[in-house]
Amino acid sequence: MSDQQDSSPSMDVLLRGFWKENPVFVMVLGTCPTLAVTNKVINCFAMGISVMFVLVMSGLLISLLRNFIPKQVRIASFILIIATFVTMVDYAIQSISLDLYDSLGAFIQLIVVNCIILGRAEAYASKNGPVKSMLDAVGMGLGFTFALLCLGVIREALGNGTLMMDTPFEISLFGPNFAPWSIMILPPGGFFVLGLELALFAWLRKRRARRTAAAAQA
Amino acid sequence: MNTESLTSIFINTLIVNNFVLSMFLGICPFLGVSAKKETALRMGIAVTFVLLVSSICAYGINITLNYLQAPYLILICYIAVIAAAVQLVEMVIKKYSPALFRALGIFLPLITTNCAILGLALFQTQKGYNFLQCLVYALGAGGGFTLALIIMAGMREKLELADVPDIAQGVSITLILAGILSLAFMGFAGLGG
Repeated sequence: MSDQQDSSPSMDVLLRGFWKENPVFVMVLGTCPTLAVTNKVINCFAMGISVMFVLVMSGLLISLLRNFIPKQVRIASFILIIATFVTMVDYAIQSISLDLYDSLGAFIQLIVVNCIILGRAEAYASKNGPVKSMLDAVGMGLGFTFALLCLGVIREALGNGTLMMDTPFEISLFGPNFAPWSIMILPPGGFFVLGLELALFAWLRKRRARRTAAAAQA
Repeated sequence: MNTESLTSIFINTLIVNNFVLSMFLGICPFLGVSAKKETALRMGIAVTFVLLVSSICAYGINITLNYLQAPYLILICYIAVIAAAVQLVEMVIKKYSPALFRALGIFLPLITTNCAILGLALFQTQKGYNFLQCLVYALGAGGGFTLALIIMAGMREKLELADVPDIAQGVSITLILAGILSLAFMGFAGLGG
């Protein structure tokens, strides 16, 4: 990305992260938490919201401080800012629900090294104003949550036959005679589902490119 | 204090709870540098080394912060120390072994954002390991990372000769391969706890 300020309309900035530049499916960033926490739908929501909070807050602070942080130490400063917000999220989740905290494990604290956040800080927030940076962060956060849900819904539905397990809204999908594919909620399931979904998105992109090419010819 | 035996910690992190294949730590370098066996081995050694250094540092920080009664600073301190440790390792290698430095190249600075490093520091604190247990834990984790990386590189070298459908090429087929490998590693589950 260039040093120039981004001049595209706000709506584009917001929506870009959701589909066209989806952090997981298009840029393949942040794969570790994507694979690790998606065995339950509720985990996906918690992780998505935490990442979005850290993205928005660190984006805002970094874009406000962008003219004060010396270029040489910017990465270290960004990481410290991010770590501060992650610590806040960590303590917040611990106080809201200990069960949720235990099932997410160290992955809440590992948001610090999630490449999506540092990537956006470096590529966007350090070059653009606070409003645009926050819109970009919300878009990326939504895109990340969407990607987590894409995996989580499939993994939980096939692996346990339910949606929203361990919450008051639990729905049983296939009735009592369903034999769960337990492999789906185990580690290999995460690799398989993400691999197949990446192939699916590649196919969708290819099909769209072919259609636009055909339309241009006609 | 945790009283797990050293061998059990080593075997456990090396194969049973492999950092890459069953705990999903360090997937980015796993996907990025597993194309050739040689680079995979070098990356594995570099990561093992940084794991060892940061494990020792994290042990020290944990004691200091407990003494100061400021556990909420743990994350900030860990990440700062890991970044510094990577930088230090880079300088030391550059000074004493320029050949190894050239061989590792860009991989060294990238290790800072490898979640396996921070993950290891957090897990060893959580489990309450003593100093020796921490060292063995770091060695096992590094060994497991290297093992997974090399097996994957071997598979990907063979894959170059295979006819993969073009939508599945690249990351997609690598992830599916990793899934199969992870399935195979689940067979070790009976070995440890």
